[in-house]
Amino acid sequence: MSTVLSFFNYWVVVVLMMIGFYVVIARGNMIKKVMGLTLFQTSVFFMFISAGKVAGGATPIVRAGVEVYSNPLPHVLILTAIVVGVATTAVALALAVRINESFGTIEDDTLQDALLEEPSDRPEDTA
Amino acid sequence: MDVVAWMPFIVLTPLILSAVVALLPGRFAPWGVSVIVAVVITALSFWVLGHVDETPIRYAFGQWPPPIGIEYRVDAANAWVAFIVSAIALLALVWGKASVDQEIPERQSVFYALFLLTLAGLLGITLTGDAFNVFVFLEISSLSTYALIAHGPDRRGLLASFRYLIMGTIGATFVLIGIGFLYMMTGTLNMADLAERLPAVADTNAIRAGFAFIVVGLGLKMALLPLHLWLPNAYAYAPNMVTVFLAGTATKVALYVLLRFIYTVFGFEGSFGMLPLAPLLMTLAIAGMVVGSWVAMFEPNLKRLLAYSSVAQVGYLVLGVSLVSVVGLTATFVHLFNHALMKAALFMALGTVMYQTGSARIEAFYGIGRQMPWTMSAFAVAGLSLIGVPATAGFVSKWYLILASIEAGHPWLVGLILITSFMAVFYVWRVIEAAWFKAPNEQAKPVREAPLCLLVPLWLTVLLNLYFGLDTRLSLGAATRAAQTLLGSF
Repeated sequence: MSTVLSFFNYWVVVVLMMIGFYVVIARGNMIKKVMGLTLFQTSVFFMFISAGKVAGGATPIVRAGVEVYSNPLPHVLILTAIVVGVATTAVALALAVRINESFGTIEDDTLQDALLEEPSDRPEDTA
Repeated sequence: MDVVAWMPFIVLTPLILSAVVALLPGRFAPWGVSVIVAVVITALSFWVLGHVDETPIRYAFGQWPPPIGIEYRVDAANAWVAFIVSAIALLALVWGKASVDQEIPERQSVFYALFLLTLAGLLGITLTGDAFNVFVFLEISSLSTYALIAHGPDRRGLLASFRYLIMGTIGATFVLIGIGFLYMMTGTLNMADLAERLPAVADTNAIRAGFAFIVVGLGLKMALLPLHLWLPNAYAYAPNMVTVFLAGTATKVALYVLLRFIYTVFGFEGSFGMLPLAPLLMTLAIAGMVVGSWVAMFEPNLKRLLAYSSVAQVGYLVLGVSLVSVVGLTATFVHLFNHALMKAALFMALGTVMYQTGSARIEAFYGIGRQMPWTMSAFAVAGLSLIGVPATAGFVSKWYLILASIEAGHPWLVGLILITSFMAVFYVWRVIEAAWFKAPNEQAKPVREAPLCLLVPLWLTVLLNLYFGLDTRLSLGAATRAAQTLLGSF
């Protein structure tokens, strides 16, 4: 039981990751796909941050009387990864807006129908 | 001139100048600056390629000594990949001016800025010696690639781009998870440092999981068979210049990173001992070769036909890796270069026809051989190179792949390579047949030969295909050194 609890953060990571991944795969709505993708990425951020915690360690600001600090490097890495994640979400949403403008929908099922009317090319495996 | 001080500029030049290009007005200036950048980095990477020997060229950023700081670490393997990427970028840019003018008439500065960002990202992945830096550059190149694909004239380009974004982000996040596991177990991100510390903890589930995540994530990025779904549409609906560039570079850089992780970071023993990697890669490679060629044989859209052929070619590249020998790896590295040349030439020829007719459907190619003889002859010669006819670049790669298969004790692979080559004959022949032996469509307007600004770069690329089929000193020499460096580093 204590092992299960001591890995509490990682259980949360796994659950979040699977929820996010499932939403990306199972949902046809593009905005929901983006939400799932963001959740998926965020769970990985949690994983890095959790790994940076040193048992009994203080915040990594050098001061008198503190011997053990937590590891600050994962925070720095994840700061970069968060920026990447925000950029990805922005590009994805911009694409969703453009798709909505030119097809009139962002639902996968409706998009298939719209593509079936497209004159050229095989539409069935496009979306 | 100090090669160490100038080497980082291979990445920095396109990265910094992309911001400048974004601000330039008009149609000529952004393209002109991009071409200058491509010339500079091609020259620089060729120069660096000539200077790599046993000891890698190392540059620590901001004077922070590794493993604390980020370092660029260039040996024969990544110098060769960096040269391929910059040279293909240069060819694509020189060819692409007229094509881009037609497909993206407005706001070209943004387009070329994105192109340079993609280029900087790919080169950054190639040159860096830091595992986390790989992830950052992977995302820089991917994000700008999504935007480039969405620039395509067909509205389905948007869907292809969105789908690539979803799959690409999942792939990159998998790589990030893998790097996270490595960091947790070793406390370092520097690749050389990782290689030293990994053997001590290699026999743990965390490392095995990290390795699996990295292999799957990069497999997605390089379109290894079951993970290739993003590729055909992304290539088919992107602007033609982007297709020429991506077909020659993007999947190859992902393959290089995989090789770097397999051979340098995990080490030969670690990678092939930890998981049944060689049989796994061989199965997927063969599946890719067969399925990719099979789908290409019946594909009516010629850009998608060539894209599926790329899936098959990734199979050849990975097959060379799975044979686990110097000859096999040499075949992979030489095919990296040769495939970039032949696919660039083929997509350029298609793009040149599309410039005149506006369609990539096979019906639009009926009778085009008589109307555009120079373009279609170029397609035919590049097609011979794709098939692997002697005296073309494609033959050299296939020859080495066959040698490696026999050496590794798998003579049945020779038969398989021959079968997939015949499948390539079939799908290249379909285009030739349509172009020369079918009567032109009655409704279609007759077209004239393409302008010289498209034909000259196209034929230059085709002639390079022939040249590197006959004089293999540069390609084979560099590929052999690259393979020896990777295999020698365990």
